[in-house]
Amino acid sequence: MNSHLDYLDELEAEAIYILREVAGQFERPALLFSGGKDSITLVRLAEKAFRPGKFPFPLVHIDTGHNFAETIVYRDAMIGRLNEKLIIGYVQDSIDEGKVIEQQGKNASRNALQTVTLLDTIAKHKFDACIGGARRDEEKARAKERIFSVRDEFGQWDPKRQRPELWNIYNGKTHKGENVRVFPISNWTELDVWNYVRREKIELPSIYFAHERETIIRNGQLMAATPFLNMDEDDIIERRNVRFRTVGDMTCTAAVESDAYLIDDIIDEISVSKISERGARMDDKVSEAAMEDRKKGGYF
Amino acid sequence: MDILKFITAGSVDDGKSTLIGRLLYDSDSILTDQLEALHSSNRKNDDGSIDLAILTDGLKAEREQGITIDVAYKYFQTEKRKFIIADTPGHIQYTRNMVTGASNATLAIILIDARKGVIEQTIRHSYLVSLLGIQQVVVCVNKMDMVGYSEDVYNAIVCDYQKLAAKVELKNVYFIPVSALKGDNIVHPSVNINWYMGEALLPYLENIDLPVDNGTEHARLPVQWVIRPQTDELHDYRGYAGRVSSGSFKVNDQITVLPSGFTSSISKIELLDKEPTVALAGMSVTVHLTDDIDVGRGDVLVNTNYQPQISQLIESDLCWMDTRAMDTNQTYFIQHNSKVTRCKIQETLYKVNINTLEKEDSDEFKLNDIGRIIIKTAEPLVFDYYQNNKANGGAILIDSRTNLTVGALMLRAMAD
Repeated sequence: MNSHLDYLDELEAEAIYILREVAGQFERPALLFSGGKDSITLVRLAEKAFRPGKFPFPLVHIDTGHNFAETIVYRDAMIGRLNEKLIIGYVQDSIDEGKVIEQQGKNASRNALQTVTLLDTIAKHKFDACIGGARRDEEKARAKERIFSVRDEFGQWDPKRQRPELWNIYNGKTHKGENVRVFPISNWTELDVWNYVRREKIELPSIYFAHERETIIRNGQLMAATPFLNMDEDDIIERRNVRFRTVGDMTCTAAVESDAYLIDDIIDEISVSKISERGARMDDKVSEAAMEDRKKGGYF
Repeated sequence: MDILKFITAGSVDDGKSTLIGRLLYDSDSILTDQLEALHSSNRKNDDGSIDLAILTDGLKAEREQGITIDVAYKYFQTEKRKFIIADTPGHIQYTRNMVTGASNATLAIILIDARKGVIEQTIRHSYLVSLLGIQQVVVCVNKMDMVGYSEDVYNAIVCDYQKLAAKVELKNVYFIPVSALKGDNIVHPSVNINWYMGEALLPYLENIDLPVDNGTEHARLPVQWVIRPQTDELHDYRGYAGRVSSGSFKVNDQITVLPSGFTSSISKIELLDKEPTVALAGMSVTVHLTDDIDVGRGDVLVNTNYQPQISQLIESDLCWMDTRAMDTNQTYFIQHNSKVTRCKIQETLYKVNINTLEKEDSDEFKLNDIGRIIIKTAEPLVFDYYQNNKANGGAILIDSRTNLTVGALMLRAMAD
């Protein structure tokens, strides 16, 4: 028998391998769950890695308070089915405790505030490793990210001090206070994730699929109309058929007009799509090196 | 559809970044907003055309200096195959980066500037490719547009390279005359080169057969995690979870647990709700044994009839990766798959001058140095020789004080 694994099988096997390495190497790992398709895929992979045993880590959600309602509904239903532990860190708590200050004005978002809540949650529970769904194809600064990405106690990432990753050997040794971010689906592209979701029949939050919604145009992009956006009389609300290609906060995730109601349609749209996934995320557009700067500051 | 992982070896001046950019650009793997960034950037080629090299630069410092300083992973796919490119810098001070990128590649593209031919850097890159066990090499003779697309120039370079290939023991070498800047023979056949009868680069990459190791002789499963639900219904369930690193396992196979030596047979193979009868190389599975024996993380399950090496004294090739020099008085950690134990450098045998390929006596290994040493480990390692089985023959050295990965080891021979 001389056959190669199909590419989705190989990607899946690699991700499972990485999850099991986390379980074997760390005392208190956690899986960061955002409700987006990447973290939902991670949960499925965790089931494949560890069932019929329990996950050797809880799920952690940093709740900005600006989520799409559909994401929260999805999250709660998923936890009910999985019967695993969920820890929620609320950005609102960080605001109330005076640790962060809410941005004001039309372009305000809580995206940058998440970092503080994340770091606090990590410190509170003494997590030594955080698994996340980031992929290398998402954005230029992620192309060089390691699979085991060592952060200091402030969550900061120094590109010049990351460890070389040879063969399939992941060095997760850390000093007290350091933390490792682990990215099992680093080698998956956006299209790979969608093909896997389709193959595995994974259910996703409804906002990924075309639906009618009240939208406004903000900075040349379509946004869901919501009070979080600090709308005023200049913002004209229109109902449109849209879907969301990525799931961040309502304040910083743009919609695309779409009639893709089914997953096959989405995959077709993406395959000929010309706007890269993160192009729809306004938080990346701020400067050319936006993601890199935020990673240095401890962001995911 | 499968995955081909390859590295690109060349330097900034050889046009490597342009070549990769061209592969992405002409295969329609670039998305519109990345294209916008390309067009609006200040960096342009001398003739005013867009600088495709921008597509592969990632970090800010690099974008400012115009040089890549790390391993960058790029992804694209065609109808036939998914590709993962490990883009590694060409300068000698980044040898460790190339070693890292090459460790997971099954193919290497070596770039030669047609105006310069085989140079010191070519020797170095070819040596490293061979050292890391990459079997298939594609030599792209680039910038053919700057030598008038001359067949004579190309043939002279091919001839020179073949001598080098023999010297470093690279057996499967394919040559392509290209111009990454103009797009000749990268994705489409060149209209300017009508004397070349081979394939363009992308079709070649799409069609090439990849080696696969699914025989039983190298059946190895390093145990990562033991699944024990300990619930009422699954009270006796004990599954050994890991990824088959090489070879294959079948239900009922006689297996030996190493290094303890206990034997048993496979009663069941699982992957979530499926129970395949065979586990192939690369699959992550959960294995059940007929007997109740002691198995834990770091142990390796092997086919009883085809056992690997077990030793604490091993001769090994080394690439030193730390700014602090290797210290024969220091105790390091060695990590081999899921096994970690302490390790000392017993002896240094020689260093290799990777520009001339000469062996030198030396006790000192500094950043990027390559050579051969003997290591002594606190516990036995269960391994195959790297030249026979890459998946089970590589290891890393970790500095116990900084926790950094300081060395890459290729286990080559027994030393006891």
